Amino acid sequence: MLAASALTNADWYLMRSSGVVALVLLTASFVLGVATFRRWRPMELPRFVTASLHRSVSLLAVVFLAAHVVTAIADPYAVLGLAAAFIPFLAGRNAFWVGLGAVSLDLFIALILSSLLRARIGARAWKTIHWTAYLSWPLALAHSFGTGSDAGALWLRAVGASCVVAVGAAVVWRLAAPRFKHLEPRAVSL
Amino acid sequence: MSAYAGQSLRSRDHQGTLGLLPPRGAGAYEEFLNLYGPTPTPGERLIGVLEGSGLSGRGGAGFPTARKLRAVRDGRRPVVLANGTEGEPASHKDEVLLAHNPHLVIDGALLAADAVRARRVIIAVARATDAAAQLERALASRPDGDRVEVKTVPERFIAGEESALVHFLNGGEAKPTATPPRAFERGVGGRPTLVQNVETLATLALIARYGEEWFRASGTAAEPGNVLATVCGAVRMPGVLEVPLGILLSDLFARCGGLTEPASAYLVGGYFGRWVPPIEGLELSNESLATAGGRLGARTVIALPESSCGVLESARVIAYMARQSAEQCGPCVFGLRTLAARFATIARAEPGATEAYRALAGLHRQIARRGACAHPDGVLEFAASATTVFADEFSAHLAGHCTAHSHQHVLPVPTKQGDWR
Amino acid sequence: MSKPLHLTLDMIRCDAYGHCAELLPEIIELDQWGYPIINDPSLPEHLHADARRAITACPRLALKLEHRPAANAPARSGHAL
Repeated sequence: MLAASALTNADWYLMRSSGVVALVLLTASFVLGVATFRRWRPMELPRFVTASLHRSVSLLAVVFLAAHVVTAIADPYAVLGLAAAFIPFLAGRNAFWVGLGAVSLDLFIALILSSLLRARIGARAWKTIHWTAYLSWPLALAHSFGTGSDAGALWLRAVGASCVVAVGAAVVWRLAAPRFKHLEPRAVSL
Repeated sequence: MSAYAGQSLRSRDHQGTLGLLPPRGAGAYEEFLNLYGPTPTPGERLIGVLEGSGLSGRGGAGFPTARKLRAVRDGRRPVVLANGTEGEPASHKDEVLLAHNPHLVIDGALLAADAVRARRVIIAVARATDAAAQLERALASRPDGDRVEVKTVPERFIAGEESALVHFLNGGEAKPTATPPRAFERGVGGRPTLVQNVETLATLALIARYGEEWFRASGTAAEPGNVLATVCGAVRMPGVLEVPLGILLSDLFARCGGLTEPASAYLVGGYFGRWVPPIEGLELSNESLATAGGRLGARTVIALPESSCGVLESARVIAYMARQSAEQCGPCVFGLRTLAARFATIARAEPGATEAYRALAGLHRQIARRGACAHPDGVLEFAASATTVFADEFSAHLAGHCTAHSHQHVLPVPTKQGDWR
Repeated sequence: MSKPLHLTLDMIRCDAYGHCAELLPEIIELDQWGYPIINDPSLPEHLHADARRAITACPRLALKLEHRPAANAPARSGHAL
């Protein structure tokens, strides 16, 4: 009995922590995605490094997200069936907030798959799917705040706030991008 | 812009037949039939006749017409697209042709359609002209008129470029697209599309009536036939004329009432063409013009008066062409703007002129063949011809002064521009 | 013996990210505005792997590998008229 409850506790902690790490990684990925678009060069390194980092961090996020989903399904207290992890609002407990996570997860899977198969699906389709990142991330954030009993813990709130600041700054950075054709050549006259 | 139909030069063998511009307008269908007779129906045999005639495109690129028809005929459910958009500001030949002889153009389009077994026939014209209304009227007056659609396109220099036109008709912007595929492979609605200038189609309609021998009786051996040319600048009576290929430029100017003053250069082929020096004996043909560094293009011939400044006029054209970029490719956007800025500096004979002039060669290397279409290359060749032909004037500008008496603008450069949809 | 491969660039898609020049500096350099100039589109064998990496890395999917050189099609018709 003790072993079972210890396992359950461990599973619960793993689920929570992998979720937090996943959120941080998704935040980092978001920022790196904007950085790639803005042609950011970290410390004079080549620009493809930024893009490469974006990709690596995103794939790492997959690992932690997978852990988060698996441990959530295994957790008897979370009452999350396999289907509910992907189909929103099917969960037994906390259906709404968990559901947001499910939608975010679905979008993220589409993001990852479309990027891996980019050459096959073509640039336009890839770009359309990639823009859903702007929806996926806020859903993940809302999910993380709406679920779990330690949502009130200060450290978690600090982490969440930092992520919001980072993504907010990235969005502003994205919007500030200059359009390249903004100058009109003047007519010539004497 | 008037049409000098009555002045069209005819070779001995062409007596008794009519050309592209009849002595009086052939607007009404009955009038047209009286003048030209009924439309023949050679079907696919037309392609062989066109091959024998040696007809090449009249829109500027000069590609052999028969070869184009053959390429499209092998495709599935092809489309015929008559290009009457005439984005070149100094050219009016298509406008005049469509106004004075729309039925010949329609005939040509339908004949081409039958030759390639096309179900769909489109004539594209620029939005801001009367051409669309004139065409609709002409189509309404003939029994086969419902086979042809008229489409209007935005007023942009590049809207008449083959892939831009196709892209626009497919619902996109009037901007060039990356090729392959070319229009003859996949064009309007994804179908193999035959894109021909309206003058080419009208000429095709004449060849269908009078035959390849008739066509070859005019022009030169390598460049047969009669063509429409737009002549303006320092001539008494600017206009559009129908003349045989190979005619002396001096004869051409004489037909326009002669030059008002000696010319320092001729601009042949419009803003996508090249300046040539006013040498004796130059003829309206690629062969002859090539000896002076020029090419025929769409046969816009502008005589620049001696009193004007060739550098200024060239700078104005380049600035216009830079504004007309579709702005899709970096080297075109930035390259042409830089080129325009350098030419402007030189035109104003400013202190930085020498530096700007020296930088031109390097700029050429950074722009040439690096766009998705030929627009930047055309501008580069125009610019290069300017530096060659106006070499003395450039030297003066680099020394800080201009030798021209008049700085009044000669070349027609529009300031208003249309949008892309 | 593998078929000769040629690198083609869609200049309309290209947005001067410059990743290709970083990954394939042997044959791609950037002009003064940041756009790639492909010096030798026919790829030597030892650069095939790097070329594939460059193609995958392009954020705009502007680079392609083809088995034959870009067709030297005749000048496009209808330009300017």
